[in-house]
Amino acid sequence: MKNNRRNFIKFAGLAAASLCVAPKAMASGHAAPVRKHPEGKNGKRWAMVVDTRTLNTEEAIAPLAEACHSVHNVPHIESKQDIKWIWAAPYEQSFPEQQNPYLDDAVKERRYPLLCNHCDNPPCVRVCPTKATFKRPDGIVAMDYHRCIGCRYCMAGCPYGSRSFNFSEPRKHLDLTKLNPEFPTRMRGVVEKCNFCVERLSVGKLPACVEASGGALTFGDLADPESDVRKVLRENYTIRRKPTAGTEPSVYYII
Amino acid sequence: MHYGGKIILGIVIFVGLLLSPFAYNAMTVKANYKQPELKLPANEKKCIESLEFMRTKHMQLLNEWRDWALRDGKRVYVNHEGKEFTISLQNTCMKCHNNKAEFCDKCHNDAGVSPYCWDCHIQPEGLK
Repeated sequence: MKNNRRNFIKFAGLAAASLCVAPKAMASGHAAPVRKHPEGKNGKRWAMVVDTRTLNTEEAIAPLAEACHSVHNVPHIESKQDIKWIWAAPYEQSFPEQQNPYLDDAVKERRYPLLCNHCDNPPCVRVCPTKATFKRPDGIVAMDYHRCIGCRYCMAGCPYGSRSFNFSEPRKHLDLTKLNPEFPTRMRGVVEKCNFCVERLSVGKLPACVEASGGALTFGDLADPESDVRKVLRENYTIRRKPTAGTEPSVYYII
Repeated sequence: MHYGGKIILGIVIFVGLLLSPFAYNAMTVKANYKQPELKLPANEKKCIESLEFMRTKHMQLLNEWRDWALRDGKRVYVNHEGKEFTISLQNTCMKCHNNKAEFCDKCHNDAGVSPYCWDCHIQPEGLK
């Protein structure tokens, strides 16, 4: 009798243990039937360096915005409701924390191209209630417009004003004959922003603004010490926007 | 039973009225209903997966495509025959099915569903 009880408890313990392990062991390990494009660019931390010594006027920045906005079907609206993925702004708006009253006139008069900073520590991702905005493993802060509910928390969270809200139907403000048929538009009620041309990187192309900049913008992988961006960063003095926000932007400006 | 006859007659009339739409449908609509005739791609005989799969599961597939492409950054789909396709509604699906009105809308209208794909995605016919 004593022996039997002992065996029963042993058996019960074994059964309980196997019940814990069973779901893991039974789960089939079949992977999703997808893979990366063979020519796609692979990076661990995408970043951009803007040379503001050569790219510093509204006229010079406009073609970059035009290139970006035509590729991504971004509408132009003549009001405060304009949608911007990349735009030009004066020094005090670009670097409000790095001001002084006797700043070099040349630096003060420049216009700076601003875009989403694709932060290491993005506040927009933290506040998004639906995970419509998320950080990809390669550092790009991307958006899934299918999920965006238009709550605009991300716009409140972003210290850089990089996000625009579609107050009205964006297609009303687009030239429908000149759309890029390979990229969607957005709909009314979603927030949108620069996506670091993730769709172009995935097929091995550089971002549209970098291609249009004629060398003033450098794009590459921060994790690779031999990359173009790391080389440019090593050789030049650069600053980033609002360093005290602690977001660790990955867009750098050569002053 | 007080008013027994009237109550039973009332119940019969009520049930008759309740079922009348079903009777009407059974007599008229079913006889007239025809499956929509889709305009299939002219120079492509095979979709990315089998006809049955596409017919019943294309919405789940599109959902998974979206997440694979957007979130996982994997934009090449390998089908059951090992053939590869770029994951894209506008650049893969609609390159063969190049008429939304003659393909998507036919079944969706009949089934009474209105997916919101085209609020953002651009249909192959272009926008007006």
